[in-house]
Amino acid sequence: MVKEEPEFVNRPDNTAFTQQRLPAWQPMLSAGIVIPGFVLIGLAFIGIGIALFVTSQNIQVLEKDYTGVELNSPCYKCSDSNVKNCECKLDFSLDKLFEGPVFFYYGLSNYFQNYRRYGVSRDDDQLSGDLANFKEPSEDCTPYQYDSNNSPIVPCGSVANSKFNDTFELYQIVNGAKKLVPFDGKGIAWWTDYNVKFRNPDVVPLRNAFNGTVKPIFWSRPAYELDPSDPANNGFVNQDFLVWMRRAALPDFRKLYRRITEGDYATGLPAGNYSLEIAYNYPVLSFDGRKKVVFSNVSWMGGKNQFLGIAYLVIGSMCVVMSMVMLIVYAKFKFPEDE
Amino acid sequence: MTWSSPLALLRDALRGQRARERDLRTLVSNLPYEGLEKKKQPNRYFPGNAIKTTKYSLLLFIPMNLFEQFHRLANIYFVGLAILNFVPVVNAFEPEVALIPICVILALTALKDGWEDFRRYQSDRKLNNTPCFIYRREEKQFVERRWKDVKVGDFVRVVYNEIVPADLLLLHTSDPNGVCLIETANLDGETNLKQRRVVPGVSASTSEFEPESFNGIVVCERPNNNLNHFKCYVEKPDKAKTGIGIESLLLRGCTVRNTDHAAGFVVYAAYGASVIDDNWTFRSHVQGHETKSMLNNNGPRYKRSKLERKLNTDVIFCVILLFAMCLAGALGHFFWLQALPSVPPYLVPNSQGHLDAPALSSFYMFFTMIILLQVLIPISLYVSIELVKIGQIFFITNDIDLYDEELDSRVQCRALNIPEDLGQIEYIFSDKTGTLTENKMVFRRCTIMGTEYPHREKNLAIRLDEPDSEEEVIFNRRPRSPQSGWTLDTEDTDPEDTQHYHGNRRRSKVAASAQRDVAFSSPLETEVVPDRKLLQQIRRTENSSSSQKIDPYLDFFLSLAICNTVVVSTATAQRQRMSEYPRSCQSNNPLDTLSYLARKVGSLRQTIASWQPMSRRSRSLSESSVIEEDCYNASAKTDESGGLNTTKAALHTESQSSKPAVTSDKLCYEAESPDEAALVYAAKAYGFTLLARTPGSVTVRLPGGEELLFEVLDTLTFDSHRKRMSVLVRHPITRELVLYTKGADYAIMELLGTPYAEQLSGNQKSIAADTQKHLDQYAKEGLRTLCFTKKVLSEKAYKDWSASRQKALAAIDNREELIMDSAAHLETDLTLLGATGIEDRLQESVPDTIVALREAGIQVWVLTGDKPETAVNIAYACRLLDEGDLVINMSSKNKLMCASVLDCALEEVRRYGDDPLAPTIALVIDGRTLAMALESDLRDRFVDLARRCRSVLCCRVTPLQKSTVVKVIREKLKVMTLAVGDGANDVNMIQAADVGIGISGQEGMQAVMASDFAISRFKHLKKLLLVHGHWCYTRLANMIIYFFYKNVAYVNLLFWYQFFCGFSGTTMIDYWLLIFFNLFFTSAPPVMFGIMDKDVSAEMLLGLPALYRTGQGAGEYKFSTFWIAMLDAFYQSLVCFFIPYWAYQDSDIDVFTFGTPLNTVSLFTILLHLSIEIKTWTVVHWVIMLGSVAVYFIVTLAYSAICITCNPPSDPYWILQSQMADPMFYLICIITTVLALLPRYMFHVLRNTLAPSLLVRARHLDRLDPSVRERWIKEWRSFRSPGDVGLSGRSASPSPTPETSTDIFPPSSDPSDITEAEITLNVITESYQSPLRL
Repeated sequence: MVKEEPEFVNRPDNTAFTQQRLPAWQPMLSAGIVIPGFVLIGLAFIGIGIALFVTSQNIQVLEKDYTGVELNSPCYKCSDSNVKNCECKLDFSLDKLFEGPVFFYYGLSNYFQNYRRYGVSRDDDQLSGDLANFKEPSEDCTPYQYDSNNSPIVPCGSVANSKFNDTFELYQIVNGAKKLVPFDGKGIAWWTDYNVKFRNPDVVPLRNAFNGTVKPIFWSRPAYELDPSDPANNGFVNQDFLVWMRRAALPDFRKLYRRITEGDYATGLPAGNYSLEIAYNYPVLSFDGRKKVVFSNVSWMGGKNQFLGIAYLVIGSMCVVMSMVMLIVYAKFKFPEDE
Repeated sequence: MTWSSPLALLRDALRGQRARERDLRTLVSNLPYEGLEKKKQPNRYFPGNAIKTTKYSLLLFIPMNLFEQFHRLANIYFVGLAILNFVPVVNAFEPEVALIPICVILALTALKDGWEDFRRYQSDRKLNNTPCFIYRREEKQFVERRWKDVKVGDFVRVVYNEIVPADLLLLHTSDPNGVCLIETANLDGETNLKQRRVVPGVSASTSEFEPESFNGIVVCERPNNNLNHFKCYVEKPDKAKTGIGIESLLLRGCTVRNTDHAAGFVVYAAYGASVIDDNWTFRSHVQGHETKSMLNNNGPRYKRSKLERKLNTDVIFCVILLFAMCLAGALGHFFWLQALPSVPPYLVPNSQGHLDAPALSSFYMFFTMIILLQVLIPISLYVSIELVKIGQIFFITNDIDLYDEELDSRVQCRALNIPEDLGQIEYIFSDKTGTLTENKMVFRRCTIMGTEYPHREKNLAIRLDEPDSEEEVIFNRRPRSPQSGWTLDTEDTDPEDTQHYHGNRRRSKVAASAQRDVAFSSPLETEVVPDRKLLQQIRRTENSSSSQKIDPYLDFFLSLAICNTVVVSTATAQRQRMSEYPRSCQSNNPLDTLSYLARKVGSLRQTIASWQPMSRRSRSLSESSVIEEDCYNASAKTDESGGLNTTKAALHTESQSSKPAVTSDKLCYEAESPDEAALVYAAKAYGFTLLARTPGSVTVRLPGGEELLFEVLDTLTFDSHRKRMSVLVRHPITRELVLYTKGADYAIMELLGTPYAEQLSGNQKSIAADTQKHLDQYAKEGLRTLCFTKKVLSEKAYKDWSASRQKALAAIDNREELIMDSAAHLETDLTLLGATGIEDRLQESVPDTIVALREAGIQVWVLTGDKPETAVNIAYACRLLDEGDLVINMSSKNKLMCASVLDCALEEVRRYGDDPLAPTIALVIDGRTLAMALESDLRDRFVDLARRCRSVLCCRVTPLQKSTVVKVIREKLKVMTLAVGDGANDVNMIQAADVGIGISGQEGMQAVMASDFAISRFKHLKKLLLVHGHWCYTRLANMIIYFFYKNVAYVNLLFWYQFFCGFSGTTMIDYWLLIFFNLFFTSAPPVMFGIMDKDVSAEMLLGLPALYRTGQGAGEYKFSTFWIAMLDAFYQSLVCFFIPYWAYQDSDIDVFTFGTPLNTVSLFTILLHLSIEIKTWTVVHWVIMLGSVAVYFIVTLAYSAICITCNPPSDPYWILQSQMADPMFYLICIITTVLALLPRYMFHVLRNTLAPSLLVRARHLDRLDPSVRERWIKEWRSFRSPGDVGLSGRSASPSPTPETSTDIFPPSSDPSDITEAEITLNVITESYQSPLRL
């Protein structure tokens, strides 16, 4: 008599998954198998390293410190914080063409823009043009929320308040005469900052929006008058303001000030003597800081940085060496069953 | 009076409290008070029967659940951090952001709790609304009410197959004998029927029950959780007291069987948790549940595994590390502030406009750092571990190799949090009966009045006729109905029939099994084939002294048939399982109802299949019900047996022909232990058929066809102290009072008295001696022995004894002791009738399993209540002892001797020292000696000896000793222990061990209830430990190490950044992304790793048990492993931070643009680190790993695209997008990841090549072709265990010490010889075993 297989209610499913028998790949990390991989990685890294290193070598950089702590420094007189509206002049000469487009940066060191309380001290809603936050800035801005008369500060907060306010003008000395090198101040900030994040309130004229508010304590001019030359470059979308508001990650940083892309200097700064006139306003001695200006041209990998190229070269060669070591190890200790 | 003063209410409440807490409760019937207001009710203080197992109410769910959750330390830590974050001076994140993790965790837990609670609510409601019958005075009858309406003092009627709603004092049943049969499967999983008796003398046994006539006062003890004890008496108006025990109590949750209806008085009602709820829910919160079943219900156990204990110490290291790092941050901040010449513009004054002092500021910074680096303490690790364990348990329970078809049961994991302990076991303590053996008892041999009847015919017949049967019978169990006890009808049972169910299917698998030639695999027949000589003997006495009926042979079989508690039920009495009442014990399975239905369908099919032959016997169709589970295959069997052996058939006709027309084949015996059933079947085979048993009488049919009705005067039940039981009956013909006692030989031999009947030739001494000789013989064959005695009492002696007995029964204090004493008082001067030998076969694959466990470095101990001889033989059979072993036998009468024996043995053993050629040593010790050896002064020496023995066999140990042994070894040797057993006597041991395993076998569910894992066969232990244990352990250990690494590696990025932001607590990664990183981006891979990684295949692990050793002791999770992981984490975080740092140095990079490559690099490093650790990649691995990367990029891109000002002050807007457009980003990511992982990768490669571990080599083998692999495994095994091979034949026999009973067993040449009784075990003949002490 044929008996039917009784049903087994509790019988587990006999699937590859529940029985842990899924088809699997079992990589074995042993010398024999990894040698080709190491060689390949090593060679690729060496290639990348060379490319990076060469690119970096081709980038020209000119840095000039103008803090003025040294007695012989042209800006020595300005470093005294009691001196107001001080101007100093930095002369330098180029032996050969400084290839363009040339980017002109100002640099600060020992400046902790990434200090936490400093970074928090801003009101993003205000900066995106929310008029309600003009009247009542965010608590985050304390103590730069209201001034002593209890008027709201716009833009509020420590970041805005401490905006870098040195200005620069570059002259080429051509036959003893000063020839202004035109600076291009457009598009130096992030596109998204300029177009999306930061917005002026929709009030025409702009200054009306700022009625009943006061400028930040350290500022000499209100936000709507930051750039008298270009009405569109005022308020929160002022390029210098935007650049400053993007906080630097590290305490020694540079920020883009202008680009040199126009006129005779579109291809670069020709060899010759130059004079940089600095309106020295920003105090840095309180934190042992340094100020500098940097001329640099850029490549696809950004500014000059030898580190990455060298790192690639070192690690690439390391991989190659290790593959050699492993070859020896493999020859001596290989598994019989590897064959 | 409607108004009552608050004071009166308070007084009433206090009085109620007192009434509930009193040791004795006085209850009266509610009926006289029916209709009166609550204040007048006499039983108002006692809780009602409605149950409420829910923890929460709808309104209070949130506060109560939160309160519950905040009992967990981890949650408090989280909340503490969140609160800290709301303090402005120390906050590191935006306050709201810090709430995310705690909210997610609280919400998930609340959701789970709520769902569980809702399920409890539903089941409560269903239960509370179950109908039942309560007596109402107005209606003068039992009316239908709900369970929740039942109150203490009510009268409740329960009908056949219904469930008892509350603890009832049984007052009336439909049975004329006042018996009610119940099944307690819902309480303890035992499915045999138990008898309950009406309270004697309370209600007249009329056909109708009159509750209103009940006027007694019930005095009972306070509710307790003992399901087997109940103390109570009923006081009648005339002050007469009737003692009542558990035998008159119907427990809530029992099912009434075989009884049309019963009525009872409610003594305890429930309003608490219920047993029938699912097992996973919390129970401890429910107060006031009073029925015994509720009090007994503890829910799942919570254990902490060894790995977790180690983990916790490492968490403490993490805490220390966290504090160190926070301190470094705080000090750094202090010195940084100190170094500033004056106030820089980037230092923000507080609202008062001035700056905090550096010291104060750095004090605040300490707390900010704690918030910032909180992930260092891996709280999420605990959640992940829970998840991993759930996954691991899912795979364990779904393993088809651990599934038992015969019982249709999988492995059950009852403790959810110790699967990894299975991978670290060093000692196994095993029960013998039912664990190593089948616990299917078959009557094999007997000796009566000193004459041995070997019952050889059948064995020979089978050996000749059916060479295949050896394999087949292994599966000779009834195919399903694990619930039923012993219901096979002997005469109709043919084992060959059931073999067809399983034998064929698995024949090939077992054919190769090593079991063939082992002594205990002799064919198992459930039926007893009578010994021809004995049959003739019986027939002779039948003819000669039929009027007297006092022949010892008749007495022997009468005692076999009578002296037990076997209940007879008939095939027509159906047992129907109520599907409305979900069972508690076996089913955590929501599919339970489904399975029940399916089972019904299955049995229907089988019943139909078996009708064809049945019709020959003109069984009416209506008789065999669809649900009839227990008896159908018994009745279907005879007809299919097709003359498999003629001997048997002939015998059958013989015995059947002598029978009257009563259809005894319909009898089903429900025995509490398999031994009892085996004996009853044996008696039946000789024509002594137990026909019926009521509390007052036993009906036995003699071979001649007469039916004798014995009046049962008392039953002295079995207990483990006396080791015997007795039944006192009045012989229907001689009117003599006869006490039949059966028990263990050593319990009986001491009590033998005057010689038996004078008409016998030969003296009593020789009978006892001969019997003892036979008993020893039986024990050597591995049979379980029982002695049977008789004693005739005088009327006066009975009267005297009876009075004292009654007193003992009515006592409330020391009741158990008094009852035991009174029993012992009667059981003296016994006359030996004979003894029986019952076989209990080894389970399938036991030797194989034990050998594998041994190879895995696990020491196996067997603890048994059996005699040493029986145990030693079983031990040889299951290869616990090998031929070459040096067996030390310890058995001493007093402690002095014990100590010297111990010293000698130690000396002996130490002599071998580290000699690799030393024989393996085995220790056999008996319970009495063990007790002495475990006393505090000898304990260390004993443990030292035991440690050096490869196997230890403890015989005649009590349940308490079992657990003591486990505890001592566990504590002294600091090892991981596992205890496995199947019976109630193993419960202590199971609970004492680190891992307790219950075998769901023949002896009810108590062991399973107490266990952490429940399996159905001993052989499952092999895969459970070697494969699942190893996997669970390695997976979890690696996962935990990885988790520590992951958290440290990630958090350290933040820490390094502090050096460049003035230790101000800045994060260069957006808070949300920071939190998502742990919560979503990198949480799934480690969990998957912990659940699914497979370092070596199951085949390899089973093939090379030595691989299991990797997990023992410290295992993979060592102290050093943790620190290596930490160092690696530090290294990797340094690389991940400083390569981008140097790459972006002196540039115009902003904070979050700098953080993005760090975060990305970190993600890649962490995931690729894991993929170095993953040993086996399946589809799931790929999906989860690639999925995690995808989720990271998708979420981050989406977040940076959407969030313009949503989360001030951080501004992640468009940052990843702009980074991804920059080739530098990719170059940095590549080199950083490679450099970070290079050392670990190299380490793995070099280690695998230069010094491959066992596991690595096994993994190599795993990749080979199966056939090549087999060859390698074989070679490897023989290479690795030379000791096993080299030892055989070389028997070292050190000189036995003079004082001694340390005897060295000479090695037996072949285990199979044992049956032939040629082996001489060096039996100790001086102590308890001596039969010659008369």
